[in-house]
Amino acid sequence: MKASAFTYHKPNSLEDALGLLQNEEDAKVLAGGQSLMPMLNMRFVQPETVIDVNGLDELARISVTDKLEIGALTRQKTLAKDPTIKQHLPIMQEALTWVGHFQTQSRGTIGGSLCHLDPAAELPMVALLYDAELQVASASGIRSIPMQEWALAYMMPSIGPDELLTKIMIKPWQGSHGYGFQEFARRHGDFAIAAAGCLIKIDNNIIEDIAISIGGVEDVPRRFTECEDVLRGMRYDIDDIKTHVREPLSQINYLDDSLVTGAYRRRLLKGLLIRAIEQAANRS
Amino acid sequence: MQEHEVQMQVNGKVVSGKVESRTHLGDFLRQSAGLTGTHLGCEHGVCGACTVIVDGDAVRSCLMLAVQADNCEVTTIEGIAEADGTLHPLQEAFRNNHALQCGFCTAGMITSLHAFLSENPNRSETEIREAISGNICRCTGYQGIVSAAMEAAEKLAKR
Repeated sequence: MKASAFTYHKPNSLEDALGLLQNEEDAKVLAGGQSLMPMLNMRFVQPETVIDVNGLDELARISVTDKLEIGALTRQKTLAKDPTIKQHLPIMQEALTWVGHFQTQSRGTIGGSLCHLDPAAELPMVALLYDAELQVASASGIRSIPMQEWALAYMMPSIGPDELLTKIMIKPWQGSHGYGFQEFARRHGDFAIAAAGCLIKIDNNIIEDIAISIGGVEDVPRRFTECEDVLRGMRYDIDDIKTHVREPLSQINYLDDSLVTGAYRRRLLKGLLIRAIEQAANRS
Repeated sequence: MQEHEVQMQVNGKVVSGKVESRTHLGDFLRQSAGLTGTHLGCEHGVCGACTVIVDGDAVRSCLMLAVQADNCEVTTIEGIAEADGTLHPLQEAFRNNHALQCGFCTAGMITSLHAFLSENPNRSETEIREAISGNICRCTGYQGIVSAAMEAAEKLAKR
């Protein structure tokens, strides 16, 4: 359980970090280390080079204009307490209560969660709900990636080996709306067996708009658009909703492994989804 | 093999040494600083036994490189009691409530609770249970640990 040898770099500027990423052949970026360090210790990854970005203070800022800009190096413990996040993105703080433990939140970062992209990770689920834009930088420039195009496959984000995630841009919903986040894990802070997040806007008892994200049940966390499309425009009636979510829920390709069966995940997700929708509606 | 000179303040004393890039903080504390009170259980961040306090935050010492703790202030279980040996209220409470059996998880429990209660000692039982949900104990069934944490919290709140 010891990492194999690697060369360690700690750049002091974004420019230096991007230069290293461009020049080093087999490099891994070390941010909070709450996913990479276990993988190094267990030798799931054996990079030649580790680039520690913890010196890049400019990536650890939160600012707000018409949208919220969260630096990729912002720690989970900061997000969990930040008043700007509380005001504009309370669902993120609710989701964070499910992320690891306070000892891992001390170091874990939002960028790390997004780049590690565990199927059950909560922060990508929040970013999905808002169609966040992710800004990645490389020595040759900056590009921005819509969150719905971020996950390419199981734990594989759409980021090149020479690129670094720098910023997450989120446009909060305007007007009166509610949010809900529900999850089940065997131990508080463990990876979710199933999780559901929901934003809802109800006007005159009609579901004017709804966003749902699901985690833990498939290879990647994703927007549950099939379900949103069924519910959008419907009268808000929880019994009707229970009936209507059946079909989209049956289309999911549930993860099925030796610890948790697909059937169990399906049952859990149904309950959690309904609770998340109700919770969001009650807050709208 | 790449080595780095590191220097950190551990339990109030300056500790320096040479570390390989890959050495995590837990191994540095145990092997170079000789502080074997920090226990390494799983070495992938799940068991919480290796928790230490770095610049005021409880962290997994297996999930941080020693080189990353350069110039940091680190508190381990050896630094929780006062210099004259007087036990910290948490340690007293662990003793009073039979909150340890084999003792393997105890260092991580106490460092975690120390950071948690230092921030705010007025905590409910639920909050305390949540705070130590990242620390696995295979002996006690947690009842004694939770009772000890409650007792210590009450004492610390009166300070």
